[in-house]
Amino acid sequence: MERRTLLGRLIWQLGEVVATQPETARTKSITLNLPGWSGHRAGQHVDVRLTAEDGYQAQRSYSIASSPEEAPRVTLTVERLDDGEVSPYLTEELRVGDKLELRGPIGGYFVWEAEMGGPLLLVAGGSGIVPLMAMLRHRSAAESTVATRLLYSSRSLEDVIYRDELDRLMKRSTMLEVAQTLTRAHPPGWTGYSRRIDLQMLREVAWPVAQRPLTFICGPTPFVETAAAILVELGHEPARIKTERFGPTGEKHDGE
Amino acid sequence: MENKLDGNAAAGNLEEIFPFEMTLAQATCAGCGANDVIGAAASYMHGMGTIIRCNRCDAALIRVAHIRGRYLLDMRGVCVLQIKEG
Ligand SMILES: Cc1cc2nc3c(=O)[nH]c(=O)nc-3n(C[C@H](O)[C@H](O)[C@H](O)COP(=O)(O)OP(=O)(O)OC[C@H]3O[C@@H](n4cnc5c(N)ncnc54)[C@H](O)[C@@H]3O)c2cc1C
Ligand SMILES: [Zn+2]
Repeated sequence: MERRTLLGRLIWQLGEVVATQPETARTKSITLNLPGWSGHRAGQHVDVRLTAEDGYQAQRSYSIASSPEEAPRVTLTVERLDDGEVSPYLTEELRVGDKLELRGPIGGYFVWEAEMGGPLLLVAGGSGIVPLMAMLRHRSAAESTVATRLLYSSRSLEDVIYRDELDRLMKRSTMLEVAQTLTRAHPPGWTGYSRRIDLQMLREVAWPVAQRPLTFICGPTPFVETAAAILVELGHEPARIKTERFGPTGEKHDGE
Repeated sequence: MENKLDGNAAAGNLEEIFPFEMTLAQATCAGCGANDVIGAAASYMHGMGTIIRCNRCDAALIRVAHIRGRYLLDMRGVCVLQIKEG
């Protein structure tokens, strides 16, 4: 925090790409080393800025996927939108050794720290898993035993980001339950849900209202609005439901 | 392109101007009196700037634009803004 207090405001800094890791056919994790990083809280994001040779700039937000415990390294996980301006560059062009301009950490609202307790309900659609994964990684690194349920919606099994790590985290902690739904294609013998999120599904997965869970919902705008409206309908306190909209879901990405 | 996002998504733009964690600042809507933190409000980002809207009545609370080296803030939709130090 010192750096920000000193300057009084958010500044752009350069991070060096130290690793890249494909997660699915459309998503890639990018790990940056940020020597001046002041640390972050699980759920925060960064703004990334690309500058073309003619000076044209494009700026987008990306959630931090890594836990605070991994600082000064920070990992972002980006989904490629084929017609996108920024995400194809980040997922296809960026190489280890390249520099990336970003500022952050940003946002004190969509944040969970082990001390905040629970029970915790995390609801993710597609790449909306990213900030929730930072929370799960932080929960694990802090050896928190807060009772946690994740409901994660993907189009198909191949689109599930962090699949193996979610399995590992679940095996490590009896207090973590992961429910998955696949909206388009499901493999033979699939035992999870096979439809879009609805009232019945949230009734089954969400904590009883009386337990006053803390809820974080993240994904494409329509997904987030549907999930939040259903939880309110089920009687959950709106003030304990935090949302992070990642933006639209176009024709080709109607997702999750 | 007008995408509905959360106030949290506008935090970077607000923190260019204010040296505070603006998602936790509380805005009282001049239109309907609703009181909520900026992070929970709705936000719409355009190339030129950002509009933060009241979740209850949809009134524009704050408009921020950055044009030719100048920040323009239209805050007439907020009657009280409470900012926590630090
Ligand atoms: C707080 C915050 C955190 C975010 N974190 C992540 C993250 O961790 N990982 C990640 O991959 N993205 C994240 N996003 C979304 C990201 O900021 C960009 O919107 C996304 O990468 C698309 O940018 P683009 O320049 O490639 O596409 P654009 O050129 O902006 O858009 C191309 C087309 O895709 C549509 N579109 C735009 N955004 C989305 C979207 N998110 N989903 C589906 N369609 C879209 C547009 O309407 C347009 O038709 C986050 C957004 C916010 C506000
Ligand atoms: Zn209002």
